[in-house]
Amino acid sequence: MKKQTKPASVKKPDGTLKRYFKNMKTATKVDYATYLGVILAFAVVMACQSAGLLNRQVTGMLVPICCYICMAVSLNLTVGILGELSLGHAGFMSVGAFSGIVASMSLGFTGAGDVVRLVAAIAIGAVVAAIAGVIVGVPVLRLRGDYLAIVTLAFGEIIKELINCLLVGFDENGLHIRFNYDGNSVMGDLGLTENGVEIIKGAQGAAGNEKLSTFVAGFVLVMITLIVVLNLVRSRTGRAVMAIRDNRIAAESVGINVTKYKLTAFVVSAALAGAAGGLYGLNFSSLASTTFDFNASILVLVYVVLGGLGNIWGSIVATVVLYALPEALRGFDDLRMLVYAIVLILVMLATHNERLRALLAKVLPRRKGAAVHG
Amino acid sequence: MKKKNFAALFLAGAMCFGFLAGCGGDTGSASDPVDSSQEVSDGGSQASGSGTAGGTFQIGFIGPLTGNNASYGTSALQGAQIAVNEINALGGDIQFEISFQDDVSDAETAVNAYNTLMDGGMQMLIGPVTTGPAISVAAETYADRVFAVTPSASSLDVIDGKDNYFQICFTDPNQGISAATYLSETLPDATVAVIYNNGDSYSTGIYEAFAEEYTALGGEIVYTGTFTEDSQTDFSVQLTGAQNAGADLIFAPIYYTPASVILTQGDAMGYDFTLFGCDGMDGILGVEGFDTSLAEGMLLLTPFSADLEENATFVDAYQEAYGSIPTQFAADGYDCVYTLYTALQQAGCTSDMTAEEICDAVIPVMTQIQVDGMTGVLSWAATGEVTKDFDVYVVENGAYVVA
Amino acid sequence: MVFLQYLISGISIGSIYAIIALGYTMVYGIAKMLNFAHGDVIMVGGYISFCTTSYLGLPGWVSVVFAVAVCTVLGVVIEGLAYRPLRQAGSLAVLITAIGVSYLLQNAAQLIWGATPKNFTSLVNFAVPEFLSRLNVSGVMLVTVVACIVIMLGLTWFTSRTKLGKAMRACSEDRGAAQLMGINVNRTISMTFAIGSALAAIAGVLLCSYSPVLQPTTGSMPGIKAFTAAVFGGIGSIPGAFLGGVLLGIIEAMARAYLSTNLANSIVFAVLIIVLLVRPAGLLGKYVPEKV
Repeated sequence: MKKQTKPASVKKPDGTLKRYFKNMKTATKVDYATYLGVILAFAVVMACQSAGLLNRQVTGMLVPICCYICMAVSLNLTVGILGELSLGHAGFMSVGAFSGIVASMSLGFTGAGDVVRLVAAIAIGAVVAAIAGVIVGVPVLRLRGDYLAIVTLAFGEIIKELINCLLVGFDENGLHIRFNYDGNSVMGDLGLTENGVEIIKGAQGAAGNEKLSTFVAGFVLVMITLIVVLNLVRSRTGRAVMAIRDNRIAAESVGINVTKYKLTAFVVSAALAGAAGGLYGLNFSSLASTTFDFNASILVLVYVVLGGLGNIWGSIVATVVLYALPEALRGFDDLRMLVYAIVLILVMLATHNERLRALLAKVLPRRKGAAVHG
Repeated sequence: MKKKNFAALFLAGAMCFGFLAGCGGDTGSASDPVDSSQEVSDGGSQASGSGTAGGTFQIGFIGPLTGNNASYGTSALQGAQIAVNEINALGGDIQFEISFQDDVSDAETAVNAYNTLMDGGMQMLIGPVTTGPAISVAAETYADRVFAVTPSASSLDVIDGKDNYFQICFTDPNQGISAATYLSETLPDATVAVIYNNGDSYSTGIYEAFAEEYTALGGEIVYTGTFTEDSQTDFSVQLTGAQNAGADLIFAPIYYTPASVILTQGDAMGYDFTLFGCDGMDGILGVEGFDTSLAEGMLLLTPFSADLEENATFVDAYQEAYGSIPTQFAADGYDCVYTLYTALQQAGCTSDMTAEEICDAVIPVMTQIQVDGMTGVLSWAATGEVTKDFDVYVVENGAYVVA
Repeated sequence: MVFLQYLISGISIGSIYAIIALGYTMVYGIAKMLNFAHGDVIMVGGYISFCTTSYLGLPGWVSVVFAVAVCTVLGVVIEGLAYRPLRQAGSLAVLITAIGVSYLLQNAAQLIWGATPKNFTSLVNFAVPEFLSRLNVSGVMLVTVVACIVIMLGLTWFTSRTKLGKAMRACSEDRGAAQLMGINVNRTISMTFAIGSALAAIAGVLLCSYSPVLQPTTGSMPGIKAFTAAVFGGIGSIPGAFLGGVLLGIIEAMARAYLSTNLANSIVFAVLIIVLLVRPAGLLGKYVPEKV
């Protein structure tokens, strides 16, 4: 990414910057604009927060929004860049969230600091989700189209049920894990000592986890996600992945290792979702596997599609708007979700119907050069 | 390309709007959340940070009003509403204004709902109704020092380590142990099978305590069947399993919705058994279209019965307002409001106190007060656990009779 | 004996999945879209039937006719308003719109009929012969299985013999070519939705007769299961949907009975994954090799 954009000469300081931007590819400009936009938004929110301008409703939504931005950006990597429809993305978030909680609570038992626990939760969440990504990805990526979609859905549901059967605790002797496949084991069977902490109680999920996530951590995670995804997309790997998306056979015929690149994109996407899960899990003091069901995956998919496939900053904006929408509609009371559904349908029609689009394009002045990539 | 441009533009516009609404609105005094909670609330008086001069306390309510568990949240809210109306009609010093928010039975949404209510100037909280959301919101109320009671979140994790959070319902282990004791004492000859929802903390919590206690008392569970929310439309496999294990009594610590499926499918199979349920089972007779003869002989461990003489005023008022018989959820909601009422009276709180001041004043009196509610005479331990009586009812001729 | 009982309960729930899956597969085959709102049409069918019997006091068969009529209209209206404007757009856009429609139907149902579940009184209540009732076979199960087979045969006949059915197959093969041959594609797709929704109504009545709880979310899980069944059998294939539905029901019942009640859904999905890995287009699906 840097190679093409470096100016030919760096000697003249006045002309350099101008030329630097002039020579820069539009895609790169958009990338930088995305980073800048996120940093600006973060600065504005922080300023508002320290000035006491944000109410609790907005403050409370900040961390979940960061998590969902990571989710949407990472899903965009699978759906937009790789071009495979995934209906089970929340499964990776779930894996990340629960392994993150286990990491955090185990570390808490040993008396580690809050920041260490949070970072460990996110990192371990990402690693475990990446492993899950490999396990899921190898069979899934052999399929295509709607068959692939249904299998990702299936894996999402399987992950949900497996976590429902998981009993995990931690004490002086280390981690105790029991897989309650027949539904007859209880927490007592783990054999925890008196000081031990019960971490995941099967279907009851995890409870009593400390709330460690902060908006700053969320921002850092969003930035990391963006750097990873945008650099991946603009790299040799990213070009290979997009070549596979556009024409698999052509890509294969020029010697691109389809399986390798597909799997890379899928696993990176899973790992980022796991990291988002790690952050999400530590933002609430209870967590149940049913949170990450099929509907959660669909929700993130809606963010991605409305933001534009392959359009990273579109995903970010769509996530913020669509996450805030049901909350902003609380005034509608009973009609809240009904209105949300209607807005969703209308937005889809307005953005994807040729005639409506032409009509709207006439009314609204068009900007040039926005969102060129993807 | 064109498509992308347009979508981008649209979203950019939407984002600007969102940002303005999110950030800008808060600079003014009349911000969005306050507006919305006013629309929702009954009186519509100015909801400022610390209550109003007229002696009206701002109560928040969180529960599932849409989605799978909507019926439970709606019942609890309606019960609470009846109590609020009664108290306000008394015209005493303490008046309530209730604002409710939907949580879809989801922890994340519940915390959002809680924050919205806090922006609206809530002084005390009722809810959330279901366990998962309650655990998350309880942690928030503890940090903010907001006094809260939950009508029906029965897990121990909800109250664990929080001095400001009290339960109106029994804890899960409490119910499981009581059921086991009752079974081994009263029906020692029964062959017992269990069907429970292993995707639900209420059901799993009761089951675990029940299984442990019942086995300790020398009983034997001949068959254990589980189900989840995804599979609660078909119980034929579990029923066949229980039937072949020779069970004549099925202990089912589940809500009334799946229970009605069990009864109907058991009947269609020609399998004759006694269903034994806990408080979540109450309401089964009130399900529209349910053939109550199927429930004949069903046993029920519950603190509330709509057929009792002393509950008639509440039942009548509820029926008049909402056209159905109140369930145990509604009764718990009703008792929540009276608990707050009694506690506020006892502590001598006034509505111009902040949520934090009320919380500090009310916590010490909670262990002293007794509330004679719909679900019995309630008193509390400092942990937040409730003590109240429950009875085992048997369904006879479509009505509850004390067994 | 016990095995037979489990098998029978598997077949009967599987037949309901199969009827729903037939609707899915019709719509997918012709319109090439995943209609996630299909499950919610089932729920509407159940409610309509419930209202006609409980509130209007009409006999069961009238309520079925009524439910079929309402759902057919509903299906055509949904297609016309929400999906047709997106005919040229990508499949993902249609998918998201379908999800929007699904939310819309669920929430509208909650506003109309309330969140409290209703208990559907079974429309089928004749006594079965002695040898069947000893196997725990109920009247509903018999009717469901028979209805499922009849519908499957009827649809097979319809698509292969009638003019409209042939038009549907033509649209599913190549929409552009079909249009050139003078087939009104929009009308054909509308008809497909009409048939799919009518099937959903029947499935709704049978589902609620079998499992009596009726609430706004009643249709969503059977919808997903049926979708799985349709893919399992090979999406777009009518006998495939039937086979997929019944097999799914049997696997689910067996897994729950003999392996683990906790993991029954997972086992179903795991079997699905394995089948798709061996036969990437489902059991009876047509595998179309990619042309270069």
